[in-house]
Amino acid sequence: MTEALHKFVDQLKGFDPQAVADVKDHLGEVTIFVPREKIVSACNFLKTECEFDLLADLCGCDRGPEEEPRFEVNYHLFSTKHYKRLRLKVLLSEEDPHVESVTSVWKTANWHERETFDLLGIIFDGHPDLRRILLPSDFDGHALRKDYPLRGYEPYSMN
Amino acid sequence: MATRPEEITIDNEILDPALETQMTLSMGPQHPSTHGVLRLDLRLDGELVIKATPDIGYLHTGMEKLFEYKKYQQGIVITDRMDYLNPLGNNLAYVMAAEKLLGLEIPERAQVIRVLMCELQRIASHMVWLGTSCLDIGAMTPFWFTFKEREKILNIIESASGGRMTPSYFRIGGLMMDLPAGFENRVRQFLENFPDALETFDTLITNNTIWQSRTRGIGIISKEDAIDWGLTGPSLRGSGVELDIRRANPYSGYETYDFDIPTEPDGDVWSRFKVRMRELRESHKIVRQALERLKPGPIKADAPKVVLPDRDDMRKHMDSLIHHFLIVAEGFNVPPGEVYHSIEASKGELGVYMKSNGGPKPERVHFRGPSFVNLSALPVMAEGEMIADVVAIIGSLDIVLGEIDR
Repeated sequence: MTEALHKFVDQLKGFDPQAVADVKDHLGEVTIFVPREKIVSACNFLKTECEFDLLADLCGCDRGPEEEPRFEVNYHLFSTKHYKRLRLKVLLSEEDPHVESVTSVWKTANWHERETFDLLGIIFDGHPDLRRILLPSDFDGHALRKDYPLRGYEPYSMN
Repeated sequence: MATRPEEITIDNEILDPALETQMTLSMGPQHPSTHGVLRLDLRLDGELVIKATPDIGYLHTGMEKLFEYKKYQQGIVITDRMDYLNPLGNNLAYVMAAEKLLGLEIPERAQVIRVLMCELQRIASHMVWLGTSCLDIGAMTPFWFTFKEREKILNIIESASGGRMTPSYFRIGGLMMDLPAGFENRVRQFLENFPDALETFDTLITNNTIWQSRTRGIGIISKEDAIDWGLTGPSLRGSGVELDIRRANPYSGYETYDFDIPTEPDGDVWSRFKVRMRELRESHKIVRQALERLKPGPIKADAPKVVLPDRDDMRKHMDSLIHHFLIVAEGFNVPPGEVYHSIEASKGELGVYMKSNGGPKPERVHFRGPSFVNLSALPVMAEGEMIADVVAIIGSLDIVLGEIDR
């Protein structure tokens, strides 16, 4: 089943060999590791040439403070034409958690990126409105990081 | 989250009150038609909406953080509380993601029961949507009829799982327990009477001129915009895109059921309404087919290290007792890996991203809530409409704030 997905990987490699750092094939899902400088061009290519027109999901993940690179951003692409799914993954270090925003490719990335920024502190450069979305604007820290305690640091007050 | 006075930009300030025709109106979070605690920041010119900015997060309870501190089987009860109108759908997405990581084979009977329960839940969820979206617009009567039908389904779900709103009926590897005696008759009775209820709704709502004039041509989103904004489910099919995850990436044996995917071309509130009304009939068809396929058989996968043993086995077999103790006390280890599994929930594509690092607790669980994504497209539909129509548009998106805020 994943042969069809590997064809998209080859197409992306043909477009820009540097856009594919690594490919993982596990449990019937293909993950392409993309260097963060290439994510917008890779997404643009996959959207226009491979018909991945719907960004199903975008989510961040914290591997833990001792891991390097610490953060990953997962882009789950879906096509309304051929119904295939593909995952792109960008790895980011703790010191420099910046990645280019894909809101220019899919508008739906807007809220997903705001959520990822809010909960993990990953900064999406070029995002039109990068504010906190779930937590209050004066919240301190990023709640979904592994080093953030489950119950927070102190009783939170709304003033 | 909340906009504070010092954050209001200069162009929102009233420079000359006498010439000012624009105003900013904060709609919600206690407004009854916002379906929970949604706040809309509306910039109005007279009654026209110039800019609509949804403000969410009032119900944020850190569920995704909580998943990382709970064992896999404990996470199921958290999913019930996300989309509280479609808890069985959430259960299904979560357990299927874990089953994919574990590589479990689910027995036929369990799969049929899952489909049957999920479709009943979809009808119940659509009943709430139908009742409340009519109530928002001012039609109070349909509400009582729809909630009567929903009550019947909740009673059916309660008879199987013990819970009305929070069933947690699906477990990793199968079901909590088998269906009770008389369950099939209850469902048959419901199926027998439901078409009459649909007739009533058509008389009360679909053929109602006021309803039609309030919904036709309102809140239009084009096919291209709908895909670009990531709309899924009935909201996308209302814009003429024939996409249903049950067909596109079938799960739980949906590929073997005979059902249609209703679509409407116009992309307005009326189209989304019609799609959901036709979906009710399709769900009715699927429940009927699933009921015919119910054959006796196992309801749990053959994986003693993951699935809790029967109580009877525990009394007779030493190893069953040990497995039970280990699963409850320590949990089970899930092989490292990551999956994204999505199902067609009542509101759209419900996706679960689950990452395991090999232990009994997940490293990351992310829910792609359909309401979250559908709501983000609200400004596209609401801008340029009248303020009273915003209420109709929110109703047509069928959002649940529990899922948006998580």
